[in-house]
Amino acid sequence: MRSKGKIYGAVLGVITAILFVANLLFGSIDIPINEALNILIGGEASRESWRFIILESRLPQAITALLCGAALACSGLLLQTSFNNPLAGPSILGIDSGASLGVAIIILLGGGVISTQTLSISGFFAVIIGATLGASLIMAVILFLSTMIKSNIMLLIAGIMIGYITSSIISLLNFFATAEGVHSYTIWGLGNFGGVSMEQLPLFSLLIFIGIFIAILLIKPLNAMLLGNRYAENLGVNIKRTRNLLLLATGILTAATTAFCGPVAFIGLAVPHIARLLLGTSNHNQLLPITLICGSVVALLCNLLCTIPGSSGILPLNAITPIFGAPVIIYVIVNQRKIQYFN
Amino acid sequence: MSKKQIIEAVNLKIGYNDTSKEKVVHQGLNFQLNLGELTCLLGANGAGKSTLLRTLSAAQPRLDGKLSLDGKPINEYSERERSKLIGVVLTDKIFAGGLTVYELVSLGRQPHTGFFGRLSKKDNEIIKQAIKSVGIEHKSESYVAELSDGERQKAMIAKALVQESPLIILDEPTAFLDVVSRIEIMQLLHKIASEHNRAILLSTHDIDQALVLADKLWLLTKGQGIICGTTEDIILQHKMENLFPNSNIKFDYDHGVYYPTVHGDKKLALYASDKTLLHWCLNALNRIGYSCKILQSTDEPCNHEIILHAESSCILHLQLKEESLTLSNFEELISTLS
Repeated sequence: MRSKGKIYGAVLGVITAILFVANLLFGSIDIPINEALNILIGGEASRESWRFIILESRLPQAITALLCGAALACSGLLLQTSFNNPLAGPSILGIDSGASLGVAIIILLGGGVISTQTLSISGFFAVIIGATLGASLIMAVILFLSTMIKSNIMLLIAGIMIGYITSSIISLLNFFATAEGVHSYTIWGLGNFGGVSMEQLPLFSLLIFIGIFIAILLIKPLNAMLLGNRYAENLGVNIKRTRNLLLLATGILTAATTAFCGPVAFIGLAVPHIARLLLGTSNHNQLLPITLICGSVVALLCNLLCTIPGSSGILPLNAITPIFGAPVIIYVIVNQRKIQYFN
Repeated sequence: MSKKQIIEAVNLKIGYNDTSKEKVVHQGLNFQLNLGELTCLLGANGAGKSTLLRTLSAAQPRLDGKLSLDGKPINEYSERERSKLIGVVLTDKIFAGGLTVYELVSLGRQPHTGFFGRLSKKDNEIIKQAIKSVGIEHKSESYVAELSDGERQKAMIAKALVQESPLIILDEPTAFLDVVSRIEIMQLLHKIASEHNRAILLSTHDIDQALVLADKLWLLTKGQGIICGTTEDIILQHKMENLFPNSNIKFDYDHGVYYPTVHGDKKLALYASDKTLLHWCLNALNRIGYSCKILQSTDEPCNHEIILHAESSCILHLQLKEESLTLSNFEELISTLS
């Protein structure tokens, strides 16, 4: 089992590298491959705009996709384990709509400042803080509801309802906001890994690394939680502290990705399943790292697919991710009797 | 030889403390648990067995009184310290279908392993040994999802075993199991208690198994609190009747089982040639509403109108008022009498 994890890790690592480079080479602007490679190894570009596109647009976008994918997949896995519910995910439980609400309040009430890319540093922090508060608030509500709602399915439905409530608050905000604000909010809502500029990238990466770092610290209690909270408690896990750390990690990861890239659907829900099906284990020692890499692979692939139309434009990210994610979930549900981790 | 005591309760009060309103389930409980002994906690549904077990495993706080674990009040331990002293097997649903049996059992080492739960050579040795001693080595690499209920329970017992805690508490470990698994699990627990010198406390509704294998019995009732003692003392001091005080059942001291009380207004005198036959004659007659007077010999005088002499299972002499019949099986006997 351990060696299987290493093999998959290595294979997925190679795929990630290939996809990462592909993301730099291909985009909506056609740049000859030898020119692009030349720019990447630091050579002279025959056109200055090509150099700019690759280093200032495609490079941060590819890094963002890499990190976002890992972050979303990680928060999905944390949620699925902590709620002992394989169908939990940041979008299903309404956590990213909480982050969206935070962002909506900042963007729409903040006078319709266009996008995170053009925000001033203070506005930029405001968006992150808004998203974090929104995500944490919903997370806390869900945790509170989970103490009252014992049925997993009912809890998911409650999460979906909370998502509706936040969506309607956002619609109300839209109604009263400026046309400019509404437009930029709508664009943001389509999802886009291109929302992080080179200057913002260090802070964005830092947030993601903090979230993933907390998740790695939680590997041992997460494994104990597979037995349910009472067993975990008996094995010496401090449930309250673990839950708070899970709340923090999921909040940071969901908020950072949602603030910068919009509410990206399905990666958080589907990728942990892909990882579990590949590995054939729920043991987080191997599952967490493989989930992270799988998340990056899926996000990079989706980002690449967004550029298929070529010069005629870029497809919205949220038009691509469900095509990947939804079939995985349907497959898992249909085969749940055969899939070990469901039983 | 006196055994080392692991749990001692003096004047213990247990229950729930919701929103400042105290709901007392039991008070004034006194008991102790010793290493090397299997103790069975018996009680009707709603008698407070689970509350007591949860209090003893520190999953819920005691309301009042003294409860000490290995000589120190139970609430003075950290979670981590306690996890090395108490192992539990619960009725909770687990979500570990995607782990192998080996991985599941290794979770029991968590109290002893480091920050990332890496298993040392010694840990692996202990895990292998535990899986072997519960008898599921052949399933070691199988997924938990693929186990039968009995095997799953054995895996959970192995998990508790590798915790190396002196006390293991099990909440109805034999519920939902077939009779073979029940007996296996109880024997296994008894063996663990004596060979590994653990104190094992389990709640069960499986009274016949408990009477066979428990070193100590705890009877928990709403009215009388807890009655503790060595199994045979409890039985022979006629304390088993306390267990279900207000119900229509009585304890059969010969066979160690509970029987429904017979409300037979029909009376019959019975002689049977051997004990097994006597037992099953009574069983049949009680069921169809006869209360029986048992005769010690065939010529013992009696003034009953109906007398049954059971010579063997296929020769049943029945005297019915003036009539005398010989029946060849219980089916005929029952249809004649009812």
